Amino acid sequence: MNEIIEFFSQNKDMIFIVVLMVFVGVEVIGKVPAVLHTPLMSGANAIHGVVVVGAIIVMLNSEPTNYVSMILGFIAVFLGTLNVVGGFVVTDRMLEMFKKKK
Amino acid sequence: MSLNIIHIIYLFASVTFILGLKMLSNPKTARNGNIFAAVGMVAAILATIFLHEGEVNTIIYGLIFGAIALGTIVGWLTAKRVQMTKMPELVSLFNGMGGACAALIGLVEFHHNLDNSTNIAIILAGMIIGSVSFSGSIIAWAKLNGTLRNAIRLPKYNILNTIILIGLAVYSIFIVWTGTHSEAHLYGLFTAAIIYGILFVIPIGGADMPVVISLLNSFTGLAAAFGGFLYGNQVMLTGGILVGSAGTLLTLVMCEAMNRPLFNVIFGAFGDGDTTKSMGGASQGTVKEVGPSDLAVQMNYSNKILIVPGYGLAVAQAQHVIKELEQLLEDRGVEVAYAIHPVAGRMPGHMNVLLAESNVDYDKLKEMEDVNPEFSQTDLVLVVGANDVVNPAAKTDPTSPIYGMPILEVENSKHIVVNKRSMNAGYAGIQNELFFRDKTNMLFGDAKKVLTELVNELKALD
Repeated sequence: MNEIIEFFSQNKDMIFIVVLMVFVGVEVIGKVPAVLHTPLMSGANAIHGVVVVGAIIVMLNSEPTNYVSMILGFIAVFLGTLNVVGGFVVTDRMLEMFKKKK
Repeated sequence: MSLNIIHIIYLFASVTFILGLKMLSNPKTARNGNIFAAVGMVAAILATIFLHEGEVNTIIYGLIFGAIALGTIVGWLTAKRVQMTKMPELVSLFNGMGGACAALIGLVEFHHNLDNSTNIAIILAGMIIGSVSFSGSIIAWAKLNGTLRNAIRLPKYNILNTIILIGLAVYSIFIVWTGTHSEAHLYGLFTAAIIYGILFVIPIGGADMPVVISLLNSFTGLAAAFGGFLYGNQVMLTGGILVGSAGTLLTLVMCEAMNRPLFNVIFGAFGDGDTTKSMGGASQGTVKEVGPSDLAVQMNYSNKILIVPGYGLAVAQAQHVIKELEQLLEDRGVEVAYAIHPVAGRMPGHMNVLLAESNVDYDKLKEMEDVNPEFSQTDLVLVVGANDVVNPAAKTDPTSPIYGMPILEVENSKHIVVNKRSMNAGYAGIQNELFFRDKTNMLFGDAKKVLTELVNELKALD
């Protein structure tokens, strides 16, 4: 029990962010029309590409001589970027279709 | 100094993510919302690279920029070149890449945190979720693009999957508890998570894939959030949790639109036993066929036609032909509009994207609630590749597996023409008594081929 409380107080800022963000996430897309489900999913998909930031940190903290870290980090940054760029571009293409009105 | 600035930029990025998602839920602001979030993302990435504290070898900077450049080129080209009908599987693929990224971070960071069991727990959680999201997304991608056609069900797959899931949890606890440094255990856990992802998605049918992708999407968000927790990185945490919670809600909203509880999607409610039972019921009777030439004449003399596009239209890529048909009929003074079921197409909202791509006017796309009262004043309804969403059994037959699902009430119109490839049952595996009604005619064949014939017949009427 003590350990849990200690963990909580050590990470209280993080835990606050987590809990509040859960509510923000639910609130923000509360009334989305079915028409926008696919673009919204795709947009959210691009946003979780923020994981690439973690991959960059991995690289920045690695020793250049640690080849395993280097290779895995390189692949991780590549895949993360793919997620970000591909995600945003695909979403934009979908939404572009909606805009085109005569 | 630089460390303080980085927090300001991270805050800015988090705000753009929230506002971006908010704007994405409204048709008017959606596009700007997406761009807004993208700007925040670029800012966060640049800040992470340039405002990093401590000495960093130039080789590392070179590798980072190399990986980013490569990812940008590949991602950009793939996203620009993909056909609109293939959009859903691409989203799944990109989602898998994010999951893999999270998993790889876990594999590397494990060694840097051996003495801190809290961190190890966070790393393992992020790695497992990332791996499941990765392999699950790849399977979903393969299913949507047709590489994997059928749902593969191992015997007792539900029990098997649950056992593996519990196994994963126990294995992780074991690694954290014993504080083992063993790479074999780390990679063993990684492999097990990958296998679980495959087994998790593989029994689920193709039409449920959108829900699965949405679920895996929120998984990847969660994996990113674990990374944020590990590094004390606010932008990863906010972005990840935001997608995790919004994605979960979106998954539930989708399930609601399809009238499929999430539990049934994952554990498969349309079992083989049920289908045969309900197949026997209404399938008696004869269907009347109609050819393209007769239909062309009939359409020509109609005042009002509603088109109900479905999964079959998306698969046959008939969205351009249908626009041509609409144009021809409008030129002849026929009022034409589209009745869109919330889950028409291969993903909720996908049909709207497809029709928008072939320049169909946004105002002509009518949503279910608005269009249902209009069917009684409609001369002819053309159903293209849709089945369950127009099945009256959803309203009348409490024993039907789709009972309670909101449907397009096409049975109220004067005449119905259904284009299907064959008399095979729809996704839910049940027959549709609508096809056997007196005022229903069947137009068999591939949607694109048959509609092209129909367009030619209409042109020949002049």
